[in-house]
Amino acid sequence: MSVFLALVRRELGAAFNSMTGYVVVAVTLLLTGFSLVDISSKLANVPDDRPVVETFYQSAYFWVILLVVSPVITMRTFAAEKSSGTYETLMTAPVGDTQVVLAKFTGALAFFAVTWLPLLAVLAVLRQVSGQAVFFEPRVTAVALAGVFLIGSLFMAMGCLASALTNSQVIAAMVSFSLGVGLWVISLRPAMDETTAGSWSRVLEHLSLIRHMQDFSRGVLDSRHLTFYVTATVLFLFLTQRTVESRRWK
Amino acid sequence: MPDAPVIEVDQLTRVYPGRVAVDRLTFSVGRGEIVGFLGPNGAGKSTTMRMLAGYLPPTSGAVRIAGLDPDRQPDQVRRKVGYMPENNPLHLDMRVVDYLCFRGRIKGLGWRASPAQAEAVIRRCGLGEVRTRVIGQLSKGYRQRVGIADAILHDPELILLDEPTIGLDPHQIRAVRDLIRQLGQQHTVLISTHILSEVEMMCSRVLILQKGRLIASDTPAALERTLGWSGTVTAEIAATSEAITARFEGSPGVKSVRVEPMDGGFCQLTLVPEAAEDLRSAVYETAREMNWPLRELSRQRQSLEEVFVRLTQASHVPNPTVK
Repeated sequence: MSVFLALVRRELGAAFNSMTGYVVVAVTLLLTGFSLVDISSKLANVPDDRPVVETFYQSAYFWVILLVVSPVITMRTFAAEKSSGTYETLMTAPVGDTQVVLAKFTGALAFFAVTWLPLLAVLAVLRQVSGQAVFFEPRVTAVALAGVFLIGSLFMAMGCLASALTNSQVIAAMVSFSLGVGLWVISLRPAMDETTAGSWSRVLEHLSLIRHMQDFSRGVLDSRHLTFYVTATVLFLFLTQRTVESRRWK
Repeated sequence: MPDAPVIEVDQLTRVYPGRVAVDRLTFSVGRGEIVGFLGPNGAGKSTTMRMLAGYLPPTSGAVRIAGLDPDRQPDQVRRKVGYMPENNPLHLDMRVVDYLCFRGRIKGLGWRASPAQAEAVIRRCGLGEVRTRVIGQLSKGYRQRVGIADAILHDPELILLDEPTIGLDPHQIRAVRDLIRQLGQQHTVLISTHILSEVEMMCSRVLILQKGRLIASDTPAALERTLGWSGTVTAEIAATSEAITARFEGSPGVKSVRVEPMDGGFCQLTLVPEAAEDLRSAVYETAREMNWPLRELSRQRQSLEEVFVRLTQASHVPNPTVK
């Protein structure tokens, strides 16, 4: 356990010892701020009963932030260590492949969570200024954030896989960005097209991140969604572990 | 098994697509030896090091580190091996002391014991004055010491250093060399290098690698002796060239004699021996017997460098002299 903690701490340290970490947090915060200002001004003109959280998470803003920020967080994980050579010192220390994969994933996920924390402050400010409780309903906000966390786990796992496949951070970022965008494009169809028919549409509907997020942002934590994210995350982590292990295949 | 060899390598082979990097390598290294791994670039030194450290699996053949298989018991082997890879990769964003604490923790020294151990290697490697500096801002010599400090952090039985003195200035090389020599007193050390003087100064044994194959394994002195077949003796003697020629021609062990007159009544005598025999004392005895003044007597040694160049020339295929 102490080895695992040391590795996770190193992952977070690497993000914040360089500018990358701060830039990612700053960019996320800036984009979130812009989108909330935009949403609030629209709400001022066209009143809406829905909580701001719901409006935000169902807007395109959220997806753009998620799709752009996730690859930047995960591209470093394996690729940077491989290109600098520290991967070799890491993998010749008495640590297991699974431990390394889980530590890198946990580090990335913790960092991802950190980037979304300022959103809470933004919501609190909005509530304070407007005096309206709809801006910050604890239960809905909590479930919405749990949803972001679940989607984040999937994106971090996909990013770890992309990073483990190459020793170039740029390629890692492009691969994980493509995976993310691909999944999001698949999500678009069931979300836009309400009349779903045929088995494929139903499969797509289960994969639809947008549909999932609609539920989360309404404060609904569906066990099917939970199962989907946990399974998909485990699948990508398993693939990452196999990729890391493949170095030792004969 | 206190006397089991620390490294046992048997028919070790590593094939990369389209290329054999290491070809049926067999050698062993005993406890407390400092062994130099010598070879031109691309000879398979780093690949072998990686297999010994358990980073790469061998395509075929076997490696045993202190009797353990790095492939089957990776964690146990890694605890016994301190490895500094080629180009000494370090986390450049970390401070020296933080880096060593982190490495100690992932090497299983524990959260509490790591800082103490890190301080110990900082002292041992002379890193005291830079302990809180960021590694990326250190000179190459200090970085190299950080790499070595990391390799010895968990007090391993075997230390593998891949080109530890590359890119250093002469002062730094001397400091690193002294450090390695000290390590040899308590650990078994395998160093790869292509700098020969280094091997001559530090190592008790040399393994020469060429195109993935072991072409020589012996002490530096013995390699010079057995492979350095020159052994030509030169002497400056005050006598007539006829007298000298007559005295030495046909003596036992002498292959050829050449005498050239010099200034002040001296002649330069050049003797080529038949085998790797030292003719110096014979020359001295003769000169004393004949009452010939003798002002120089020397034997041409073939340096390890010449041995190395000859052995690793592509055209030259010697018989392997594996101990």
